[in-house]
Amino acid sequence: MKERRIFLVLVLVFLAAYFIPFTRLNVQNALMEAFLMVQEYARQHVLLCLIPAFFIAGAIAVFISKESVIKLLGPKAKKTLAYGIASVSGTILAVCSCTVLPLFSGIYIRGAGIGPATTFLYSGPAINILAIILTAKVLGAKIGLARALGAVAFSVVIGLLMQLFFRREDEKKRSQNDFISSEGSKDDKPLWKTALFMATMIGILVFLNWAKADPSIKVWYLIYRIKWVLGGALLLVLAWMLVRWFKKDELKEWTFSTWVFAKQIFPLLLGGVMVAGFLLGRPGHEGIIPSSWVAQLVGGNSLWANLFASVAGAFMYFATLTEVPILQGLLGSGMGQGPALALLLAGPALSLPSMLVIRSVMGTKKTIVYILLVVVMATITGMIYGRMAG
Amino acid sequence: MEIRILGPGCPRCGEVERRTINALAELNVGADVQKVTDIKKIMEYKVFSTPGLVINGKVKSSGRIPSLEEIKRWIQEEQQS
Repeated sequence: MKERRIFLVLVLVFLAAYFIPFTRLNVQNALMEAFLMVQEYARQHVLLCLIPAFFIAGAIAVFISKESVIKLLGPKAKKTLAYGIASVSGTILAVCSCTVLPLFSGIYIRGAGIGPATTFLYSGPAINILAIILTAKVLGAKIGLARALGAVAFSVVIGLLMQLFFRREDEKKRSQNDFISSEGSKDDKPLWKTALFMATMIGILVFLNWAKADPSIKVWYLIYRIKWVLGGALLLVLAWMLVRWFKKDELKEWTFSTWVFAKQIFPLLLGGVMVAGFLLGRPGHEGIIPSSWVAQLVGGNSLWANLFASVAGAFMYFATLTEVPILQGLLGSGMGQGPALALLLAGPALSLPSMLVIRSVMGTKKTIVYILLVVVMATITGMIYGRMAG
Repeated sequence: MEIRILGPGCPRCGEVERRTINALAELNVGADVQKVTDIKKIMEYKVFSTPGLVINGKVKSSGRIPSLEEIKRWIQEEQQS
């Protein structure tokens, strides 16, 4: 099987080398765009944004105990609380996109039931910390915030609707077993230490990436001017915490899990950036796909554009974080703000492969209803946001 | 000894497998090590956050990557019982 795969790859590379018309100007141009886009990411987003974000994600995976959060989603959980927790807990539970599906089926089969489970499934991938940070940095704070808020608000709506539609089946199926608590014998730090540690790291990230503000807003502009000082001071605080509060093997685990994330995500992101650059070009430039096509399909804020963006997003597979460069390319080619948000909401939450897994967990009927809800919700949210953003 | 590594196939789960195999080699213990990637089967272990490590049907850890030392200790515990 493996040999055959290598053979297939070789054949594809050969066919590409044989047939791609490299002498044509627009192909050369698109290739240049691919590399220029990679360079833009390397210069603007890697050192100050992505690398700190990976360290934060690594710290979340190692230092934050997920058991207490998961308990609140168990079978004995209060319903109202479970929805609230499910809609926001993606921030810390879904650092790695591959943990969303097991957690979802856990909440569905053994935990708080179909409502909170679908709530988690919808919001998890959208509000995981890496996704929010990169969206806000590359696409702007406004759409980053809209993505997080839209995902949280509409995940609750979707969860409640699913619960309403399938209430009866849900009651029958639930088993009352609790989860096993077995996160192991780690001696935990007091909560305030972990919280301060996390806050410091997020503070560093925020200050280092503080965007140049309009001088008329005094506070923001002042922060912009002293951002290096603020970031540096917090970095010193962080160093002090690391020396005082952490044992050596904890630090080792932390760097290791950061490295695992980086190793997993950087190659995918690099590929995503190159593909986005080749197909769509940097903002203001054109890739292989003419901007007019994009503008025609998903420009403006019509119902059709929003619907198209959410359907396309629902079926397309985005590897972790690659939705961001692709969206950047699309926006640069004339996509409207509303459809962009619709794509951001429907995209990472669903893909053809994840639909198959979801179907195996909750059956065809529920899966179809869920997909329809996601598409409809993403379209509506997109239209509202598109109108607000103008 | 029967060891199961639960996870849908993310790099973190692969790391647990690697460490488990290293632990077995260092202790010179033979075991039947298998990865469980089917989500429904993972649920049967009542494990919620992956990666999970199960030795002789007992869930030893979930939601994190245990250290090599921890895995070695668990294997030794299971050998004695």
